[in-house]
Amino acid sequence: MINRIVVGAHYGLRDWIAQRATAVVMAFYSLFIVVIFLVLRPTDFETWHNIFANGPVKFFTFLFALSLFYHAWIGIRDLWMDYVKPVSARLTLHVLTILALVGYVAWTAAILWRL
Amino acid sequence: MSEMRIRKRPKYLDLFSIMFSLPLPGHLSILHRASGAGLFLMLAPLLWLFQASVTSPESFECFASVAAHPVAKLLFAGLIWAFLHHFCAGVRFLFIDLDVGVDLAAARRSAAIVFAVSLTLTALVCWRILL
Repeated sequence: MINRIVVGAHYGLRDWIAQRATAVVMAFYSLFIVVIFLVLRPTDFETWHNIFANGPVKFFTFLFALSLFYHAWIGIRDLWMDYVKPVSARLTLHVLTILALVGYVAWTAAILWRL
Repeated sequence: MSEMRIRKRPKYLDLFSIMFSLPLPGHLSILHRASGAGLFLMLAPLLWLFQASVTSPESFECFASVAAHPVAKLLFAGLIWAFLHHFCAGVRFLFIDLDVGVDLAAARRSAAIVFAVSLTLTALVCWRILL
């Protein structure tokens, strides 16, 4: 009987690096968008809408969202691996987490490219 | 007689007794997890709010009225703290990964700095945006 891990960190190093690379992307985007907010001081719809309708901002916002969702996947998967022991429950939670995050990617794209 | 030689290792299984004796970097680490989990749980409402805020002047009004509700403001305050703590603690972890500030004294000092910076920024952002 070969013991194969059904749900686990199969590529530990890749995910470890991805967690940090996405963190760096998000950190730079956060500083970038905060500077834009501080310069433009959006309080009305027009200014706020125009920030995200701008091509480069839209592009970087989407990259931020992709980084966020991949980062969240690794982090939340680690939580399930640490705290949920039964394989069936863990697998279910993994699948639900992936479905939610993939859905969020499509939702974010729909929001941004409708602007 | 081999079992006689097995050293009795301490087992810290009581979560609450651990929490009270934890050094500062331990609290930072647990709160990094908790804030990350909280941010993940609030992703859907946040995306919905973002959508409402950018889509049309009418949906912006809807966003503004939801965001002005005291319960929403309380949640925002929590999310602002969660984001800033996760951000600051995350930057600290990145430096530790780069072998900067790994020894005990430096790690405890940087943990204190993270709490000071993230809590100050939380107060500042809440004051500027929510009040």
